[in-house]
Amino acid sequence: MGSVAALVSDRVRYEEKSIILASRRLSLPLKHVDAKDMVLELGRKRAEEIGCGTVLMRCVSFYRGLHMTAVLEGSGIRVINSFFTSNTCGNKLLSSVALERHGVKTPRTLVAFTPAAAAKAANALGYPAILKPVVGSWGRLIAPLKDEDTAEAILEDRTYMYPLYQVFYIQEYVNRPPRDIRCVVIGGRPVAAIYRYSPPGEWKTNVAVGGSSEPCKVTGEIEKIAVKASKAVKGEVVGVDMMESEKDGLLVHEVNHTTEFKAAATATGVNIAEEIVKYVFRSMKK
Amino acid sequence: MKGKCPECEADIDVPDDAVDGEILTCDECGSDIEVVKAGAKVQLRKAELKGEDWGE
Repeated sequence: MGSVAALVSDRVRYEEKSIILASRRLSLPLKHVDAKDMVLELGRKRAEEIGCGTVLMRCVSFYRGLHMTAVLEGSGIRVINSFFTSNTCGNKLLSSVALERHGVKTPRTLVAFTPAAAAKAANALGYPAILKPVVGSWGRLIAPLKDEDTAEAILEDRTYMYPLYQVFYIQEYVNRPPRDIRCVVIGGRPVAAIYRYSPPGEWKTNVAVGGSSEPCKVTGEIEKIAVKASKAVKGEVVGVDMMESEKDGLLVHEVNHTTEFKAAATATGVNIAEEIVKYVFRSMKK
Repeated sequence: MKGKCPECEADIDVPDDAVDGEILTCDECGSDIEVVKAGAKVQLRKAELKGEDWGE
């Protein structure tokens, strides 16, 4: 049991399939478990039931993965990434707090808890400012507050949404080239980095909104920042996103705990899936 | 092997190298279909719709 690991996922994307195929190529025993079919009884020792002591958690649903990680860790299973990492990375506010605490430079961010206070925050940052939901991915519901009137309307809209959207997390608009950098860090080591470009007519750089990518050399500075950011969230397999601010240099705006890596693997030729599998099994020997 | 789309009943080709949980798209209706493998048994079920908390 000690030598077997499990990949827990709820949707097999390019990444999960690559990881499964990599484990087969490397002849390493990685079981695939579908999170959607699992029933977890609290207080049970799951390791024997699942047949392994280490889980690589790759759920695309944030809350499903987070809560499943809590249950698995509670029953003594080691989960990559941990509950702390998932909870921190899955919430932009908690991520920013962790990054700031560890001296990682991030975009200037103000937080407010009512629309009126949020309007003051946007005014203080200056327009445009960027309103981001604290939980969300792929650029969903990220809104540029272009002026005071737009800000007022968008902030009011949020009051009709789930309370989590009323934690107003507002960032400065960072003047930068139309791209950001994604650096994949595995076990504290950057394995690949790419530039992610915004698609035409779009200011977001998420590959999910149709952006393109090309290889980025992992310079000493990128390495230092990416490793520091991964340590700040205690991440084992993460994607660190940074922007090249004209004013402040490299700023980390996000760390992803179930990082997608299709674009990075394709652009750089690095077999990231194999790197992940090797890391999971290497870490089990420690 | 061939399977039936659980949405529109059209034939779907399941590649030999498909892994458990892999998503296929039905050519007829465009639905996302999930491959469920248990040993040699292969079934097809409707894939989950994209959730508000999906991401990386």
